[in-house]
Amino acid sequence: MSITVAVFYLLAAVTVGSALGVAFANSIVYSAFALMGTLLGVAAMFVLLGADFLGVVQLLVYVGGILVLTLFAVMLTHRISDVNVSNRAVGRLPAFVLVAVVFGWMVHVAGRASWVMKAPGAPAPTTYGIGEALLTQYALPFEVASIVLLAALIGAVVVSRKEVKG
Amino acid sequence: MGDLSLGHFIVLGGILFALGLFCVLTRRNAIGILMGIELVLNSANINYVAFARYNQTGYDGQVFAIFVIMLAAAEAAIGLAIVLGIYQSFETIDVEATDRLRR
Repeated sequence: MSITVAVFYLLAAVTVGSALGVAFANSIVYSAFALMGTLLGVAAMFVLLGADFLGVVQLLVYVGGILVLTLFAVMLTHRISDVNVSNRAVGRLPAFVLVAVVFGWMVHVAGRASWVMKAPGAPAPTTYGIGEALLTQYALPFEVASIVLLAALIGAVVVSRKEVKG
Repeated sequence: MGDLSLGHFIVLGGILFALGLFCVLTRRNAIGILMGIELVLNSANINYVAFARYNQTGYDGQVFAIFVIMLAAAEAAIGLAIVLGIYQSFETIDVEATDRLRR
């Protein structure tokens, strides 16, 4: 087993273990902190896949932004530990069965498919290529994305402000 | 890249997707459901980057992953704002107790 595979299994253990914490923890605060382990593990996976820029974006946006926002929301909605974990509409056992069936079906399909694979080359810096792609081939989606972010920004402010009477 | 293959990453993405789906199905806490959605989005991102790496298709997969991360950020901002608004109205964020749009 090469060192790369060993690193992969180590990171996968961290990622999946933290994801188990997210899914099964009794307290939502523990879930939020376990989510940090998962996001860091996924960032490390990106680096392992040769996507250095994407790993840094994952760190900045997910761990630095979304996770902090989630923790703020968790802390602001107190009495949060009173909420029972399990859902009455879908209990844990039916959900587990459903998820197991979906997972088995996905692995089955992935195993049967004949992927077109090429041996990957040595990892190279990706920032140049991504920047060029964003400003040529993906220029329109890039601009639409900025409008979406602006709309989300204004929408979040409008939704979360206090209602002013009169 | 050693002995790592596409299958390793597909299975990892599948496990993350399954756990995220389980989280969405079983949580009653609205923030817990949003966390499950983050797990699902991350699993999709792993698949995007892994396919881009093992198919040598240039940067398309990574650019799509960037767009997914951007949409996840927008979704988290809006979703958590809505959750806080619900909390102000209902004093709870149990998704089964909040079955009306107005108080």
